[in-house]
Amino acid sequence: MPINSTYYLFLSLLLFSIGIMGTLTRRNAVIIFMCIELMLNSVNLLLVAFSKMYGDADAQLFVFFIMVVAAAEVAVGLAIIVMMYRKVHSIDINILNRLKN
Amino acid sequence: MDIYAILFWMLSAMAVCSALGVILSRNPVNSVLCLILTFFSISGHYILMNAQFLAIVNVIVYAGAIMVLFLFVIMLMNLNADVEPQKGQLVQLAGVISGGILFLVVLAGIKAAKVESMETKSTDIGLIANLGKVLFQKYVLPFEISSVLFLSAMIGAVVIGTKDKTPAVTTEVKN
Repeated sequence: MPINSTYYLFLSLLLFSIGIMGTLTRRNAVIIFMCIELMLNSVNLLLVAFSKMYGDADAQLFVFFIMVVAAAEVAVGLAIIVMMYRKVHSIDINILNRLKN
Repeated sequence: MDIYAILFWMLSAMAVCSALGVILSRNPVNSVLCLILTFFSISGHYILMNAQFLAIVNVIVYAGAIMVLFLFVIMLMNLNADVEPQKGQLVQLAGVISGGILFLVVLAGIKAAKVESMETKSTDIGLIANLGKVLFQKYVLPFEISSVLFLSAMIGAVVIGTKDKTPAVTTEVKN
């Protein structure tokens, strides 16, 4: 397999940066949450590439645990977003700056 | 250029293009569909790297469960409208620039680093039998703790999601 693992580093870095840009530029809470999922997935890709590089199974189990934590996080986070929508009828995060005072 | 390289570049282009679609599309439903496409191409990468178990789990858990949850929430709130308040141009520019700066800094770090090439021999570490052995011997305690985490997340989601019986004081939204 001629694919160098540096390419996988570049790819996951690019996906991570795209996720960060989306998190910083959007105002929709659901889309910000999806960008966080994108960043988690880019890290997963990097871990699998390292697992292949070193021939070690531990990294793949870390990916498995990251998926577990992400599923739990999504359940709670979406519940919070639904609750927020029920209170203020919007999922614009700029409304939340009322918490500032 | 052999079949691996062709598949790698195709899947990479698909992943990056659909990731860009996530953050550029105005309609949240389109964003969710683009993200599902990204997850499928990442699963393709896993298969290329001989991690079949993770590829299947990625499709089932992420593309199957989590994104359907997102889609449900978006449909429930009736958010599939194209109008969405945008951040100011300056803030967007600042976000893109800071993301790009992070990209450049880590890129420089990676280029300076010495990365070993991937092992060429086909390994079977990504198969269920092998991963299960490691999971239930070396990582039993984290596995059990994650089940407690799941239980607490489930209870937390239910507690947060239930409607409170006392009618809350409706606060006027000031924009």
